[in-house]
Amino acid sequence: MAERERRMTRPYGGVFVARTQVMDAADIHRALRRMAHEVIEHNHGHEEIVLVGLQTGGVEMAHALATVIEEIEELEEGEPGVPVGTLDVALYRDDIGIRPVLPEEVTDIPVDLDGRVVVLVDDVLFTGRTIRAALDAVCDYGRPRAVQLAVMVDRGHRELPIRPDYVGKNLPTRRNELVDVTMSGVQLGELQKQ
Amino acid sequence: MSGTTRDLTEASSTVDTSSFGDRRHLLTVSDLERPEIEQLLELTDTFVEVSNRAIPKVPALRGRTVVTLFFEDSTRTRLSFETAAKRLSADTMSFAVSSSSVNKGESVRDTIETIEAMGIDAVVVRHKSSGVPAQIAGWTNAAVINAGDGWHQHPTQALLDAYTLRSHLGSLDGVRISIVGDVKHSRVARSDIEVFTKLGAEVTLVAPPTLLPPSTAPWDVRVSHDFDSVVGSTDVCYLLRMQRERMTEALVPTLREYTAHYGLTSARADRLPDGALIMHPGPMNRGVEIAGEVADRPNAVITEQVANGVAVRMAVLFLVLGPGRASGAKNEISSNGAG
Repeated sequence: MAERERRMTRPYGGVFVARTQVMDAADIHRALRRMAHEVIEHNHGHEEIVLVGLQTGGVEMAHALATVIEEIEELEEGEPGVPVGTLDVALYRDDIGIRPVLPEEVTDIPVDLDGRVVVLVDDVLFTGRTIRAALDAVCDYGRPRAVQLAVMVDRGHRELPIRPDYVGKNLPTRRNELVDVTMSGVQLGELQKQ
Repeated sequence: MSGTTRDLTEASSTVDTSSFGDRRHLLTVSDLERPEIEQLLELTDTFVEVSNRAIPKVPALRGRTVVTLFFEDSTRTRLSFETAAKRLSADTMSFAVSSSSVNKGESVRDTIETIEAMGIDAVVVRHKSSGVPAQIAGWTNAAVINAGDGWHQHPTQALLDAYTLRSHLGSLDGVRISIVGDVKHSRVARSDIEVFTKLGAEVTLVAPPTLLPPSTAPWDVRVSHDFDSVVGSTDVCYLLRMQRERMTEALVPTLREYTAHYGLTSARADRLPDGALIMHPGPMNRGVEIAGEVADRPNAVITEQVANGVAVRMAVLFLVLGPGRASGAKNEISSNGAG
């Protein structure tokens, strides 16, 4: 999510120059598999879980995680799967007015969250401010029994007392570096101004 | 993969605020270009979702103050703006001329400066004279939103109309829109014509010559004096209110004769193509420009216009107050479009 903020920071755009490939597609898939097992173990099954992907980086990740959980739990055709929602936290951020913040996508929470376990899914955990905003947003949709956090990369530099429950990879970074996460891999690099 | 480059500009194109981002005021739709209008309509989707929630409130504009300054009567526009501001958690103050010091002879400028001294971030202005919001924009550091000035402009009405059409039709490209009635006195028509044509619609004005402005040349529109010849080939029928309070001369012989020639009667509404939409900015004179029964038909989207109005105004308030501007940095921001 930190990456999204950077893309939206003026001057817009810039070119991401990758320096190191940290994970490849197979690594991502292995990490997702492990995280899926952890989610199921921690929650004694998948029945109560709702995955909520944070726009935009967490959405693809949430869908992928749901697919793996459904595989592991050997869900039959027609059985209710793991619901996946999406959340855009732009309107809940504490930096509106400091930097450009605009909603990117419409939030879509397909099920009632009351009493369920919400697993927030994001690509990168950085300062924790996005997650703080997401917690506020989730509480406007209902009262989950618990909220957990799954991230593919934890890059450190937290500014708030927030910690992830499920981590794909702990990646020590410098503040000015940029982590680019897609389903095909994780790269560490810098944003070069154009 | 070391050293490979990936252009992130493409990924960020949907969040590019550069078009609307520097805009301090919304005074007229004339200085909005198509991409800006489309960006605003896209953003409105987000606020429609917020409005449909069990708790329709987000903290986006917490701590900001929005003043509605209405020198002219209004119910829906004022309530709509106040609802929009409250759903964004902004504080609202409302100013009604009838109970204010304007009645004691205070000038508009003094009124604005007094209100501004209390610390405000945005002013929503309606005035019976054209150009007052633009003038106010030159006197204040707050963002100014025009909520209707004289015969001139009513930008948020045009934007909510465009949003309503877009939500039904997907796109306005090539859509045939008839705007029927008192175009001459209508700020809604002036704003709608500009927004609709910018979005690619084919607009036809239908009115007696006395209710048309002296020239329609600046607009890319057709003009007809015969509603019956247009009604069969229109995708959207937009009816304007007969503004009796602005009519100081006899422009139509009688209202009954107007209805006979230019009202959307049941018989005319039956001749509209299947799926044609009926719109009206409100308040309606049932039985004059629109038959009472026609306004309640399923293809009349008049109450939807009102509902969308709140979401569109949330988007406008968010854009002029929200992204990329700290409230402390007001004075550094040039008053873009304040002319």
